Amino acid sequence: MNITATLLAQIVAFVLLIWFVNKFLWGPMSAMLEDRQKRIADGLAAGEKGKKELELAEKRATDSLKDAKSQAAEILALAEKRGTEIVEEAKDKAREEGDRIVAAANAEIEQEINRAKEEIRGKVAEISVAAAAKIIGREVDAKAHDKLIKDLATQI
Amino acid sequence: MSADSSSGGTVAYIQHHLTNLCVGECDPVTNVATGFWALHLDTIFFSVLLGSLMVFASWRLGRNLQADTPSGFQNVVETVVDFVSQQVKDTFPGHNPLIAPLALTIFVWVWLMNFMDLIPVDLLPVIAGWFGIGYLKVVPTTDLSTTMAMSLTVFALILFYNIKIKGLSGYLKMFLFHPFGKFFVPVNIVMTAIEELAKPLSLGLRLFGNLFAGELVFLLIALIGGTMAVGFAAAFWLPLQVLLDLGWLIFHLLVITLQAFIFMVLTIVYLAMAHTGEEH
Repeated sequence: MNITATLLAQIVAFVLLIWFVNKFLWGPMSAMLEDRQKRIADGLAAGEKGKKELELAEKRATDSLKDAKSQAAEILALAEKRGTEIVEEAKDKAREEGDRIVAAANAEIEQEINRAKEEIRGKVAEISVAAAAKIIGREVDAKAHDKLIKDLATQI
Repeated sequence: MSADSSSGGTVAYIQHHLTNLCVGECDPVTNVATGFWALHLDTIFFSVLLGSLMVFASWRLGRNLQADTPSGFQNVVETVVDFVSQQVKDTFPGHNPLIAPLALTIFVWVWLMNFMDLIPVDLLPVIAGWFGIGYLKVVPTTDLSTTMAMSLTVFALILFYNIKIKGLSGYLKMFLFHPFGKFFVPVNIVMTAIEELAKPLSLGLRLFGNLFAGELVFLLIALIGGTMAVGFAAAFWLPLQVLLDLGWLIFHLLVITLQAFIFMVLTIVYLAMAHTGEEH
C-alpha cells in the first residue's frame, strides 16, 4: 500500500497519455467541432441572407411587373392617341384635297363660262354687225365701228 | 475463491487480493514492497493497457472524423469531449490549450481504471494464476502510486502556472500575505503551505480511498458465497451474494464516474486558481 517507484512509471505514463490524447483526439476533434460550428453558423447566415434576397427579388419582380404594366398602358394610350391623330390628319387632308379639287373645278367652270361668254359675245357682235349690215344694206366697216361693236359686246 | 471457512482463510483471501504483483524491493514471502524501489507490474500493466486503449481509439477516431455524419462511437466521444470542454469553459478563466486535454485525459483514464473495479474480483487473478502469476490487483486506482502520480503531476502544473502567471515573487508573496493580511505572516505561511499541500494529497487520497474501499466491499461480498455457503445454506447465501453484488455494482458505477469527475473538476479548479491573480 506504500508508494513505490510505480509512481514514477505512472507519472511518465500519465504525461505521455495527456500528450497522445491531445495530439490524436483533442486537437482533431476540437478543430472539427469548431469547423462544424462555423459551418452551421455560416449555413444559417446564408439561409437568412437567401431569404432576404428572395424577399427583395420578389419585391423587385412585382415592382418591375407594375412598371411594365403602366408602361404598356402608356404605350397603348399613346398609340391610340397617335391613331386618332393620324385618322384626323387623314380626314383633314382628304377634306382639303376635296376642297381643292372642288375649287379647281369651280375655277375651271368659271373659266369655261367666261370663255363661252366671250365667244358668245364675239359671235353676238358678229351677228349684230351682220344683222346691222343687212338692215343698213351695206357692209359695215368693222374697223370703223370697232369701238361700237366692243361696247355692244360688253353690254351683252 | 478461498473455500476455507476459517477466519485465517478470509483474511488471507482479502490480503491476497489487495497485494500487488511486485518486483524490486519486495518482501519475498508476502510480496509487499519494502522500499521505494519496487514496481507494481499489475498496476503499470493495466493502466498502460487502458491508456493504450485510449490512444488507439483516439487515433482511429481522430484520423477520420466525420463533421457532417458522425456515427456511433464518434457521437459518444463527442458527448464526452463536449461535456469536459463545457466544464473547462465554466470553471477556467481565460484560455490555456493544455487544460482541456488534461481534463479529458484525467476523466477518461481515471474512469477506465476505476471501471476495472466492476470486473468480478476473482476473474482476472484466477486467469493470471493459470499462467503462474501469484498476485494480481487489477484496479490501478487502488494503488496509491497511481493516484499520487496523477495528483503530483497536477501539483507540478499548479506550481508551474502559479510561478508563470504570478511570478516567483508573486507566488511567495501569497504565502506571506494570504489569507490574513500582513500582520499574521507566520500564520499565513503555515496556512497557505497546508492549503497548497492539501491539494495533491486530497486529490490522490480521495480517489485511492474511494476505490480501495469499493474494492474491499466487493471482496467482502464475494466472501459471502465463498465462506458461508456450505451445504443447504448455499441456497440462501448465494442469491444474497448475487443481489448484494448487483446492488453494489450499480452503486459503484455511479461512484467511479463521480470520482473521475471530481478528480477532473478539482484539477481544473486548482489550475484556475493558479491562473488568477492574488486578489480574488
